[in-house]
Amino acid sequence: MPAAFLAVLFVWPLATVLARGLAGTGTGAALAVLVSPGVPDALVTTVVLAGLGTAGSVVIGVPAAWALYRVGWAGQRVVRAIVAVPFVLPTVVVAAAFGALFARHGVLGWAGLDHSVAAIVCALVFFNVSVVTRVVGSSWAALDPGTQVAARTLGASRWRAFRTVTLPALAPALGAAAAVVLLFCSTSFGVVLVLGGARVRTVETEIYFQVNSFLDLHAAAVLGIVQLVFVAAALGLASWARRGRDRVAGGRELDGSRPSSAADRPWVAAVLVALATLIVLPAVALLERSLRVAGGGHSLTNYLALFSAPGTAVLPVSVVQAALNSLVTAGIAAVIAGALTVAVASAAVRGPRWARWLDGVAMGPLGVSAVVIGLGMLLTLNREIAGVDLRTSWWLVPLAQAIVALPLAVRILVPAMRAIDPRLRAAAASLGASPWRVWRTLDWRLLRGPIALSAGFAFAIAMGEFGATSFVARPDRPTLPLAIARLLSRPGAQNVGMGFAAAVLLGVATGAIMLTTERLRTRVRADV
Amino acid sequence: MSGLVVSQVSVTYRGRETVTAVDGVSLSVAKGEIVALLGPSGCGKSSLLAAIVGIVEPTAGTVAFDDEDVTQTPIHERGFGLVFQDGQLFPHLSVGGNVAYGIHALPRGERECRVAELLHLVGLEGLAHRAITELSGGQRQRVALARSLAPRPRLLCLDEPLSSLDAELRERLADDLRDVLTASGTTALMVTHDPSEAARVASRTLRMEAGRLI
Repeated sequence: MPAAFLAVLFVWPLATVLARGLAGTGTGAALAVLVSPGVPDALVTTVVLAGLGTAGSVVIGVPAAWALYRVGWAGQRVVRAIVAVPFVLPTVVVAAAFGALFARHGVLGWAGLDHSVAAIVCALVFFNVSVVTRVVGSSWAALDPGTQVAARTLGASRWRAFRTVTLPALAPALGAAAAVVLLFCSTSFGVVLVLGGARVRTVETEIYFQVNSFLDLHAAAVLGIVQLVFVAAALGLASWARRGRDRVAGGRELDGSRPSSAADRPWVAAVLVALATLIVLPAVALLERSLRVAGGGHSLTNYLALFSAPGTAVLPVSVVQAALNSLVTAGIAAVIAGALTVAVASAAVRGPRWARWLDGVAMGPLGVSAVVIGLGMLLTLNREIAGVDLRTSWWLVPLAQAIVALPLAVRILVPAMRAIDPRLRAAAASLGASPWRVWRTLDWRLLRGPIALSAGFAFAIAMGEFGATSFVARPDRPTLPLAIARLLSRPGAQNVGMGFAAAVLLGVATGAIMLTTERLRTRVRADV
Repeated sequence: MSGLVVSQVSVTYRGRETVTAVDGVSLSVAKGEIVALLGPSGCGKSSLLAAIVGIVEPTAGTVAFDDEDVTQTPIHERGFGLVFQDGQLFPHLSVGGNVAYGIHALPRGERECRVAELLHLVGLEGLAHRAITELSGGQRQRVALARSLAPRPRLLCLDEPLSSLDAELRERLADDLRDVLTASGTTALMVTHDPSEAARVASRTLRMEAGRLI
């Protein structure tokens, strides 16, 4: 059942993108697409943006990993939680925040970086720095401090000890984190579309423009294949880096973190200032911009305007209506994703051997970009299936969102499910419990926390989902992220102001969902 | 006075409760002497060693070598070597790479000669290109010893260097350790909880209990 679901909603659309790009007109036509105006530029821009975004995330993430994981100080946990927030924020909210920051009248308007590559790179770093910090930090915290001391007693300065001993030990974690960040950066869509507009184009946004402006589905499919190649390269890099990790590690687990010393404090402070600049400044800029009205004053006008429809040319419904659409579709997506997660995780953990690969397929949407998923669904599912005409129904939107949210939801549930001793279930069965009763009295009781947690994450992801949704949503039924992107891209102070206010609304809503979900997680931990 | 002079050194750890691990200890090690610091686990002997090497900052007292106060000198400028209980070999370097780590400033030919000389001294000649993971526990401690001796430290500190090995190997390696230290004329201070090990290796034994010398 979950296999069929994944086949229809993920594998089939993906295969269609491949077939559509390669077949029919032949490889000559595919090559023609690659050299058509704008496309080589988009390829270069994608590589440059991904490279700079990854480099920036590493440069800030590694010192942050040291300050947040290797040395201990009061209030560290709070800062760790704050640093994790950007990763789960919707892309359009982040794009709006950096747009507000670098806009001509924004906090950093003097830098002249409005709609520039640099602004996009900053937003990408904002998103991904937490990945590097967490992955490298947990590896750093487990390093034996003795190795570094050994280097110091052999005459190495702090810097030489870091370079020759600590860095090689961190290399596998660093490589894995960088590969994942490279993947996220090269498949980033919302940030590039909103911040770069038509000026800075990547493969992702080019796919979008081919579909929405030129209705050229063949060109879009060819670009979709290019994107798949990018993803495969990044994933290959990631698994290569992981192999290195197994080779170097193998040692015992230990806690190598230590209380911060007086000598550490200036460095910790410097890292905190850098993080605050990166994370807090855009948030403040977004909030300020959402309150600003034409003429320069500040009021709630933009927020009040969210209740009225801005006019059919821009948005056929009010922003509040779009937000309600989002809540409903994301709710449905969370239910679908939750059920699918339970099914996939059960198959992966306890199913027969042949069912184990489901886990891998369910991870697919994490690697394949949301845009390619959306494109594939547009190409395949825009028709009547089993008597249901998906074209005129809005069902495609929650289905797409559920597929995008599935990988993270599965990743949350699988470890929790693995932690349940199979003998526990055997014991229940030997006491005469039917499979259903075993599930109800054991699995559900032990797993309802993690299940709620993964559904909550799916809900938050679906609320902010932009890439796939932008391909399958109907124009008269936009979701909140789509409404924000449209408002920000249209001229007119009124529209843009509303866009920023709507972005604050979405940011707060997603943040609230994540916080509630996180509370669930801590409660679950307390239970166990 | 030449050699190591430790005066009134105290080490306290601040936490929920303040723990005084070393309480005003004074000792000296003359040049070429091998001294053992013997005591039960938790008596503060490793903390004292850490303060001498510079891993922890003493809350009071001074550490001097050849009449030069090194209490505030960073670890890598003290010229004190340290052999760890668990070796702490660099996992990404070969045996030769580990031994050469502290003498990287020497020209290449000289460096290779010194590595070969030290591997010969600890009985591991010809193993310079081995990976660390291919060594037995006893071989690892020999590499750790060679690595610490390579930069010719003016004082070599050893923190339970043999206690991670099994009993038979420990006795044999204790004799080898004494021979190597004597042959290289190294001034050494060894921390151990094993009286027979102290007797085998050291020329003089100090006893420590509850943070003080007795």
